[in-house]
This record gives sequence, structure tokens and C-alpha cells, in this order.
Amino acid sequence: MRAWDNSAIGDEVVEGSISLTREHLVRYAGASGDFNPIHYRDDVAKKVGLDGVLAHGMLTMGHAMSPVLSWLGADGYVVSYQVRFTKPVYVPLDAPVVLYSVATLTEVDAGSGRATLSLRVTLEGGHTVLGKVLVVVASR
Amino acid sequence: MSINPNLADILFEPVPGYLVGREKVREFAAAVGALEPHHHDVDIARSRGYLDVVAPPTFPIVIQEKTLHQLLNHPDVGIDFTRVVHGDQKFEYSRPVVAGDELIATLRVVKVQSLGGHSMVTTESVMTTPEGEHVVTATSTLVVRADEDHS
Repeated sequence: MRAWDNSAIGDEVVEGSISLTREHLVRYAGASGDFNPIHYRDDVAKKVGLDGVLAHGMLTMGHAMSPVLSWLGADGYVVSYQVRFTKPVYVPLDAPVVLYSVATLTEVDAGSGRATLSLRVTLEGGHTVLGKVLVVVASR
Repeated sequence: MSINPNLADILFEPVPGYLVGREKVREFAAAVGALEPHHHDVDIARSRGYLDVVAPPTFPIVIQEKTLHQLLNHPDVGIDFTRVVHGDQKFEYSRPVVAGDELIATLRVVKVQSLGGHSMVTTESVMTTPEGEHVVTATSTLVVRADEDHS
């Protein structure tokens, strides 16, 4: 049985949220090898015209997928995943930023056994931080 | 800052093979909130038919980054690392990546564009096994933000 078998086109199949702190940025820098200082030094970020330290786009892209991976389980896999980074996710020194991700089933292809999800990825207050987020999944 | 438009269609040499490590997969999975057990537990991954722990979908960025360094360090490019902002990202899989995979990544510059002082460069990193089996292609658009002096 596939994760999307009991869902209809247009259904919101899964959602989740994460409170991001500077600790998440440090952890992701180490795990990914992306040590661009704009992700840990306010002075460097401001020098290049940003408001301050921002999350790696790939950290946001990764966490946005987290609820989908739980929904999909080990019997399905991701065929493709694409995003547009539309707004920086600033992460202040002293307060977490909450990232929300809601996945809507937009297409099921009976022939190929694949399903397409569209993700709405926002911050508290509703600002969209990832646009054109499409995930294609398949059963194994 | 503008990027040399002649970079389009340059195919770089493949970067040295990247061996996907079990602990790296676990570390990366934890860092992006991929908490399902098949990303962490070898026995569970194997019981589900995988050879080893499964990398989360965005893991190939680690390998893609190595190919992008070829571009950023290219003498004719002239990109200030701190002005680079990620525009778009896409991963297209033939199969999931698992620990133990050796992946050979080859970078190609697909497109170079200028827009109001900003430059955008789109690259594609194709990742295969040493035998040539396609596993995943990562496509990125990087935006190089204009220097205040030139915007």
C-alpha cells in the first residue's frame, strides 16, 4: 500500500514544523561542509548587504522535506525534489524561527506509479520562503 | 560583479569519487530532520531491502558542493563566495543513494545570465557509479549579488 493510496488530488497529505536556531545552522554546516560565513557571522552577512545570519538554503530545503519523508516511509522514495529560494530565512542569535511545511497531493500517475506533491513552505506570519516546491515520489 | 559568459557549456573534469559513508549519512539526516529509521539503522534499512542506510534526498548537495568549488575556484570566473546566494535547486534520482555508494560527479555549466547587476549561473552535476550507472543529477542556480559599488 502506497502512502498516497487513500488520498485525493488536492488533499493536504502531511504537514510539519521545525523551530530553527543557530545551533541547527552550525550542525548543518558541519554535516554538509558548507562553511560560508554568512551562515554563522552577523558581521560578514551584514557586510554583504544581508540583515544578518541566515539559514543555508539547503538546510531549509532539507527540513521542508522532513514531514514528507515520514509520510512516505521506507517503502517509497523521492524521484525528484526541486525548490526556488524566494526569501532569506534569518535566524537571530537569541530566538528560534519556526518553519512550516505543508504538502498537497497534486498528481497521481497510475501508469508510472508516481505521485507529485506541492509543498508550501512558510515562516510564522505566512511569509513564503521556498517557491515552486515540487516533489515526485514513487513506490519501490 | 559579472560572471564570464563564456563559461556556458564548459564541462569540468569529474571530481574524485565520493564514497558515501554511513556516519555521514546519519549526521546529515539528523541535520535536516530526516528521522525515519532507515536513514539511521542499518538493520532496518536492510530489512526494507536497501543495502545500507539511505541518504536523505538533499544529501547529494555534499558532493555537488565539491563540483561547485571547481567552478568557484576557476581562474576565469571571479566569484566572491560571500556574495553567492542560492537561487534554485533540483535533484533528479534514478534510485536512492545509500551508504557504500561511490559516486563520480561531473559538473557542466548550463547557463550564465545577468540581471540588473546580479549574475546567475546554472550548473548541473551528474552523479554516476564508477560503472557508469546514473544515480542522481543535481541542478543549481547560483545568484551572485551585485557589489554595492556596481549595482
